[in-house]
Amino acid sequence: MLLASSALPIILVLPFLGALVAPLVERWGTRRWSAIAAAVPPLAAIALLLGQLPAVRAGEVPTWEHSWLPALGLDLVIRLDGLAFLFATLVFGIGVLVIVYARYYLHADDSMGRLYTYLLLFMGAMAALVLAGNLLLIAVCWELTSLASFLCIGYWSHRADARVGARTALTVTGLGGFALLGGVILLGKAAGSYDLSTVLAAGETVRQHELYLPALLLILLAAFTKSAQFPFHFWLPSAMAAPTPVSAYLHSATMVKAGVFLLARLHPVLAGSGEYLWLVSGTGLLTFVFAAYTAQFKHDMKEVLAYSTVSHLGLITMLLGLSSPVAAVAAVFHIINHATFKASLFMAAGIVDHETGTRDLRVLNGLWRFMPYTTALAVIAAAAMAGVPLLNGFLSKEMFFSEALDVWNGRPFAWLVPALATVGGAFSVSYSVRFIHQAFFSGPGTGMPRVPHEPPRFMRLPVEVLAVLCVLVGIVPKFFVEPMLSISARDVVGGPLPYYSLDIWHGFTLPLAMTVIAFIGGITAYRLLMPRLEGARDPVVPIVTASSLFHSLRRAVLRGAANVTASLENGSLQRYVLLVVLSALVAGGWPVARAMLATGGIPSPERMPLTPIDPPSVAVWLLLVAATIGLIGQFHDRFKAIVLMGGVGLSVSLAFVRFAAPDLALTQLLVEVVTVILLMLALYHMPRTAEHSSSEGRRLRDGVIAAIAGTGAAALSWAVLTRPVTSTLADYFLESSLPLGGGSNVVNVILVDFRGFDTMGEISVIGIAAIGVAGLLAGLRPRPSPIPESTKARDRHPLFLTTISRPLLPLALLVAVHVLFRGHNQPGGGFIAAILTAAALILQYIASGVAWTHQRLSMNFLTYIAIGVLLAVFTGAGALLFGVPFLSMTYTHLHIPIIGDIELATAMIFDLGVYIAVVGAVMLILARLGRLSHTAEIEPVYLRESDPWKS
Amino acid sequence: MEVLMASAIGLLTGAGVYLILRPRTFSVIFGLTLVSYAVNLYLLATGRVRAATAPILGPGTSDYADPLPQALVLTAIVIGFGMTAFLVVLALRARITLRTDHVDGRE
Repeated sequence: MLLASSALPIILVLPFLGALVAPLVERWGTRRWSAIAAAVPPLAAIALLLGQLPAVRAGEVPTWEHSWLPALGLDLVIRLDGLAFLFATLVFGIGVLVIVYARYYLHADDSMGRLYTYLLLFMGAMAALVLAGNLLLIAVCWELTSLASFLCIGYWSHRADARVGARTALTVTGLGGFALLGGVILLGKAAGSYDLSTVLAAGETVRQHELYLPALLLILLAAFTKSAQFPFHFWLPSAMAAPTPVSAYLHSATMVKAGVFLLARLHPVLAGSGEYLWLVSGTGLLTFVFAAYTAQFKHDMKEVLAYSTVSHLGLITMLLGLSSPVAAVAAVFHIINHATFKASLFMAAGIVDHETGTRDLRVLNGLWRFMPYTTALAVIAAAAMAGVPLLNGFLSKEMFFSEALDVWNGRPFAWLVPALATVGGAFSVSYSVRFIHQAFFSGPGTGMPRVPHEPPRFMRLPVEVLAVLCVLVGIVPKFFVEPMLSISARDVVGGPLPYYSLDIWHGFTLPLAMTVIAFIGGITAYRLLMPRLEGARDPVVPIVTASSLFHSLRRAVLRGAANVTASLENGSLQRYVLLVVLSALVAGGWPVARAMLATGGIPSPERMPLTPIDPPSVAVWLLLVAATIGLIGQFHDRFKAIVLMGGVGLSVSLAFVRFAAPDLALTQLLVEVVTVILLMLALYHMPRTAEHSSSEGRRLRDGVIAAIAGTGAAALSWAVLTRPVTSTLADYFLESSLPLGGGSNVVNVILVDFRGFDTMGEISVIGIAAIGVAGLLAGLRPRPSPIPESTKARDRHPLFLTTISRPLLPLALLVAVHVLFRGHNQPGGGFIAAILTAAALILQYIASGVAWTHQRLSMNFLTYIAIGVLLAVFTGAGALLFGVPFLSMTYTHLHIPIIGDIELATAMIFDLGVYIAVVGAVMLILARLGRLSHTAEIEPVYLRESDPWKS
Repeated sequence: MEVLMASAIGLLTGAGVYLILRPRTFSVIFGLTLVSYAVNLYLLATGRVRAATAPILGPGTSDYADPLPQALVLTAIVIGFGMTAFLVVLALRARITLRTDHVDGRE
């Protein structure tokens, strides 16, 4: 036997592991092996669970804990008490049967691995929910079950009804999950802890707390939506679009039981107040009767079972609502019974569908002639559902009738509750009889889409197992269910178990009379209704149903959202940009305005003395101002605009020289060159000039906005520049650059060492931008130019430029290598060397043409990007080998005779990666754009009919 | 000197914003480039404008310019080039596919 500490987490991991493995096995093996791979994890989980049984029986609670987010009180706690044990056994046990069944149910075209993945994901989520020992963890697992059930229900995603069913289920149960989160947070506040054991022990405190009622309402909303209680029941029938194995699993033992599980789980805390009694038992009783009534009129076998499930969940909810210890035992008992007979009925319905091609009760008839064995199994399960003696359903229903009498005794309308319970019981009998009679007995067995026969041996096996359980529990309950019932009901009652009897015969009592009345009434109702049910039209569909209300509400919400979106977004990017700029102005201006209002004027803090103005700076400033104003005046003439923008960039790089930033000046200058080339290449395909298309008023408006923005930026800069420096970061970097980074160029050391992770992100971004450029240009193909040859320049590649450029290339590359390797100690480094290299290569394209260059220089720039980024990553990862964090750099000094002292730093390898990646990126962008310019006009070539760029 | 720096940043920002609000893609690219210049100069300005030496450690001085804004600006320049290149090609592709160079994709 494994210790709880290791067994419990393994139990939870197993199904998720299976979810990964099963589809792979299907791909590489057969469907049979996929089924085996899917069935092994739950079987192993059951074995591990059984290993814990002695401890659980002895009243211990095996627990595994792991601190997750202690600040929020959210810990991973797996807690195996009796109730969790029962549910986990159901989840895994019925799960195995469903997996076996699904192997034979699925059509050869349907992916078996995918279904198993969904089922196992759901199984894992559900097991985690029932084993969770922390309120917040319960809420998380609850959401997981909703999401996994969405996948399960929508398995046949090509079918509209499956998609609607899956969405409806997700919306309703997801809404409940949201309520649950609120509910458990309030409950945790009331109880003082999110730990389940603590909360369960604090029942008295919680019920006295002022947050009790809101917490109760929210938790009930969650339980009722999940367990499909009126008026949230409608998602369950629409979820019948799922494959039958999914229905058999979700709607018998698991998904819908999550709601009643929650009620049972928190029963010791929440039950016992008047509100609880009325709300829970009232909703349960209403659902029980209403759904049983509706089930009689459904023609689809699965839909009958769906409404029957809703009805039985109502019965369990009502029992839990009654808040008496015996009722709690009865509720747990019925949970077990319903899981067995409902799963087998769903499977039987699936067999009928599989063998005949229809589930319509009006079409099906006389099946017993073809499949006597399956008929017998279905009869047993349906009889258990109706509550026939000697089957399990009879026992729990008797307890239900008896509790309906007892608990309400002495309250107003004491007779009404038992009467309604009996009426609901009668409807249950009626639809059970109809389900069996119409499908299997009445009629000669003709007129069905296919001539049926018995299903494969192993498709029937799960049904047999469950039907045998129905009988065994029904005849010898003391032996087959009592042990399980006693350990699990203990945790629902929250104390010692009350006296209850599982005897089949109690003598002539009132509950027995209610059973007899229900049977007589049910059979009579079916006989009276039968002639009317044969008609093609559904005779009793109300005009307004919960489902139609839900869907109109959903449509209204979507329409409202679309209207709001349409009123805010008119599709004009120009308008959005305006809104962004205005928002930035407000966001920037607001704090200033508030501060000025608070202090009653412009604050005048300590100021630094101004630095004197020197003539070279004035010259650069004049160049910048002239180029910028020229650009504003000339931006319609794009060629001039590009030249003027180069002028602005040049003056900015001169400003960098002035302010002691040689690395920046070099980078800016080189980038400016490359940018101008880029814009020129693009201009080749753009209209040379743009007409004035803005109105006078709009230009004035934009001018005012621009003036405000400019003034604001100038004021902000002034404020920053005239205040003393308070940061000590500069000192840190200046001091540690040599001892820690081994380089005297502090800017470069920051880039490749201190902030190496940022730089790695940046070269990735550059690489992505380059790949994006290549992708945007990928669909375009040159076509013969419509421009007459006479207007083109005669001398495409001037001899002078060609002659000069060729010897320049090796020289430029040599300089680049020098700049790259001295970068650690002198101005330079990967970025600068890369752009230098790119500029040198581009010069060859310009001077000698694309064709000439490509002949001699076949480089795949995409590979360069990849190599560069990988080199940087591996340099960083290399640090891990030495047990230091990712991207830690180191350096050493080598003394080589004659050459002298040489410094080697891993940061240099990193910088080499930066160099290669940036060369690749810049060259990829320019070369791809240049290739387009090879011929003048281009047209888009759409590879697919619906081009994503077109819509 | 502070006057020159602040006024240059203000002018670049104002001109950039005006061009960003224009309807043609090419003008918007010019505008974004001008705004990047302004932002880069502003980042540099957080290290103040002083008569200091470049942050290349060596004997004889202890008054260095703040290296941190410079490191930030250096990558910003390179990233800015990547962004400009992507925008230029996006504008090109939009013009070819939509047959207009209006930012709204229609005249």
